[in-house]
Amino acid sequence: MLTKNAAGVKARKRLCMTVNGRAVEIEIDIRESLLDVLRDRLQFTGVKQGCSVGECGACTVLLDGTPVNSCIYLAAWAHGKTVVTIEGLAQDGKLTPVQEAFVDEGAIQCGFCTPGVVLSTTAMVDSGKCFTHDEVRRELSGHLCRCTGYQKIVDAAERALREAEIAADEHPV
Amino acid sequence: MDHKIVGKNTQRLDAVAKVTGRAMYTDDFFERDMLVGKVLRSPHAHARVTRIDASKAKALPGVVAVLTPADLPKIKFATAGHPWSLDPGHRDVEDRLILTDKARFVGDAIAAVVAEDLLTAEKALHLIEVEYEVLPHVLTAEDAMQEGAPLLHENRPGNIVSSFGVQFGDVEAEFQNAEVIFEGDYETSIVQHCHIESMSAYAFVDSDGRVVVNSSTQIPHIVRRIVAQALGLSWGRVKVIKPYIGGGFGNKQDVVVEPLTAAMSLAAGGRPVRYCMTREEVFIDTRTRHGMKLHLKTALSRDGKLQGIHMQVLSNTGAYASHGHSIAMSAGGKFRPLYDFRAIKYEPKTVYTNLPVAGAMRGYGTPQIFFALESHLDDIARKLELDPIELRRKNLIKLGHQDPLTKNVVRSFGIPECIEKGKELIHWEEKKQAHQGQTGHLRRGLGMACFAYASGTHPVALELAGARIVMNQDGSVTLQVGATEIGQGSDTVFAQITAETLGLPVDMVHVVTTQDTDITPFDSGAYASRQTFVTGIAVRKAALEVRQKVLEVAARRTGLAPAEMDLRDRMIVETSLGRTVCSLGDVAMDSFYDRLLAAPITSDTSANVRINAMSYGATFVEVEVDIQTGRVEVTELWNIHDSGTIINPKLAEGQVHGGVSMSLGAALLEQMLFDPVTGKPLNPNLLDYKLPTVLDTPKINAAFVETFDAAGTFGSKSLGECPTISPAPAVRNAVMDATGVAFHKIPLYPQVVFEKFREAGLLAERSVQHV
Repeated sequence: MLTKNAAGVKARKRLCMTVNGRAVEIEIDIRESLLDVLRDRLQFTGVKQGCSVGECGACTVLLDGTPVNSCIYLAAWAHGKTVVTIEGLAQDGKLTPVQEAFVDEGAIQCGFCTPGVVLSTTAMVDSGKCFTHDEVRRELSGHLCRCTGYQKIVDAAERALREAEIAADEHPV
Repeated sequence: MDHKIVGKNTQRLDAVAKVTGRAMYTDDFFERDMLVGKVLRSPHAHARVTRIDASKAKALPGVVAVLTPADLPKIKFATAGHPWSLDPGHRDVEDRLILTDKARFVGDAIAAVVAEDLLTAEKALHLIEVEYEVLPHVLTAEDAMQEGAPLLHENRPGNIVSSFGVQFGDVEAEFQNAEVIFEGDYETSIVQHCHIESMSAYAFVDSDGRVVVNSSTQIPHIVRRIVAQALGLSWGRVKVIKPYIGGGFGNKQDVVVEPLTAAMSLAAGGRPVRYCMTREEVFIDTRTRHGMKLHLKTALSRDGKLQGIHMQVLSNTGAYASHGHSIAMSAGGKFRPLYDFRAIKYEPKTVYTNLPVAGAMRGYGTPQIFFALESHLDDIARKLELDPIELRRKNLIKLGHQDPLTKNVVRSFGIPECIEKGKELIHWEEKKQAHQGQTGHLRRGLGMACFAYASGTHPVALELAGARIVMNQDGSVTLQVGATEIGQGSDTVFAQITAETLGLPVDMVHVVTTQDTDITPFDSGAYASRQTFVTGIAVRKAALEVRQKVLEVAARRTGLAPAEMDLRDRMIVETSLGRTVCSLGDVAMDSFYDRLLAAPITSDTSANVRINAMSYGATFVEVEVDIQTGRVEVTELWNIHDSGTIINPKLAEGQVHGGVSMSLGAALLEQMLFDPVTGKPLNPNLLDYKLPTVLDTPKINAAFVETFDAAGTFGSKSLGECPTISPAPAVRNAVMDATGVAFHKIPLYPQVVFEKFREAGLLAERSVQHV
């Protein structure tokens, strides 16, 4: 395979990152997006491609805990970083409280935006902060959904945040 | 009726698969040696290809095949997802080729490349040399019908796909005798489905020589037929697989990418080829909702009794017919089982223009018709100083009404209760009082609108649904349907119907969600809000057959007659005593392993449903309008439905939320924009096309009036499309209530609203200066 592209720039790079708790070392083309590497090479197909230009939020992953649109994030930039995809949440088949909230509230229809919204909600919960109703809506406004009118998504996110607050009160760190 | 599972909030069967990222959609499958397909699109709205040279593209390393129209069968085919009609007179318009040498809109597919990777494919597109003879183009239905207008399709004079209409009574006599005649013009814009999953498919030729197409489709069994027709293959040689679907909303009730994807694979020696559209391609070359212009002329008495209506509709279908005139025809029939007119003349024209192709979209034209009609009724009420709610109430049809044209009978009619409930829920009278004498730049107003809809397409089209149930050794059952889960929750509803009938917990009903036309029974698919109603009847029939067979085995074991027993909670009980006689597991094991009498319990059946049920509902809304900015904010909204028995309230609410949100988008934000000179789309992406975000979406309240319709399974009727119909006119009517300004076109985005307010003199001089 070519190691230099037409402009004479070294086109391939070894990428080391942690994905869902496991170290990954892979040779990539420097032009590849994190989305393409996660989906096409590592088969984390829970990461969804909706627009490829950062408009819909379906490809959201957590990068060192922060939600990013993986479609407009170069894979090479993830070197040395920690990535969590939707596949990295449930452990041993047990859903996280955020996932449970989405299931219980009926916040899932076609499911295509679900992984991204669940990860953004997870980031909110993990931040340990409190969010007002309007703040929850603003935090989720980067995710487009055509099925739910966002009603039950916001309900699920608020439920997950509320439960996390209660848990934190009961078991302060 | 007392149900254990029907009417309960059973968790969606696929919730865990979807929330963990394990649900597999079309793009999540990878085949060894998979290639990528890309399409070369016309830059012109109307042009003939005079020369095409693909030699440079073919020579590019990594390119496996280049397809031009010359490489494909010259078979014109129809793309609409309808059951095949044995009557040639009722078939969809066959006006499409897989690739065309005459571009009819900006983005029409001219050639295609199959390559080892995406970059190579894109590079190859640039190497295809095409010369065009640019032709004059038309973008509006009016222009397209002008004498001397350029013809899109040679066999359609005036660019009219069809102008077939319907009428009954003597509408002219009604106008002659009317105390009042009222006329109005209304217009809706072209909007798009915006399912978050792209339009995508991949195809390969399997080891048996079958052409396998895995597609994100609502209609796998129809895709099979159309792929075969377009490529001149025998229908049985094509196999279509539908995995999980990331939203369809009607766009995937059309055959869009599948024939080309199959052709690409055939051109590449049967290697797997993926053709996944970019978001821009989804906007440009899938389907849109028809923009319609409607002229309504209504005869009525001075006290508001509707007598006759003449409705003229211009429906812009874009460059190819797709569902074409079916949409205008279907939509024009929906208000008949709602309002009692003595005479109706419905005159639609579906017209070709050089724009992206309009097709099915949630509501199938009905939202456009009801936007016009419900706006019109409010305009009439305002003019005659009648209460808009009373005007509607006064003109409702009655239970038992039979449509003079379809012969469909109204067997349940919950609209009066829906209206009453909506009025109460939104506190209509109190708010009306509170809104009196508003001044200042923020004005509140109330609006409402009603609708009626059908459950499936009978009697216009075939309504056939297949269902197959196999009882497993443990007494659980596996259910296969030909119906398509696309996110609406149909699999869950079918599992509930099966579980209720067989006395099983839902988790003992295993639903095969993947459609495979080789394996799953035939069903025409997800559209017309038909599945719970039509497929539900098939599922119930299959479950009852299994129930009977179970009781026969139990009768053998116990000596009781089948009629003396019942299935309850995995047990067979003697009904009169409530005594358990054996378990379902015992029966199942007998059915598999009894050395003498073993015969697994199965049902493989179908229902040809020749009945329909009308669904009803209304939206009640309060808006706050900012006179200075033209911004319309929905402050309270109730969307109320008579969909018969609600089989799963939580799923039903979800349908309402999504449908209302789509209608609010059309009312306030969404429209596809085109350069008026070139016909080029101006906003084919999710940034410039204003799909509502969570911040644009108000709280949406769902409510139900549960009637029982004898035609539906457990009394159920349609719901899926219903919520998309009445919110837009309700919002428009609320804006008129708040400001006195009647809008006749949606969307009501701030600029047009502001300009109209200025025109109407609503902006005081002082506030204009501040602008």
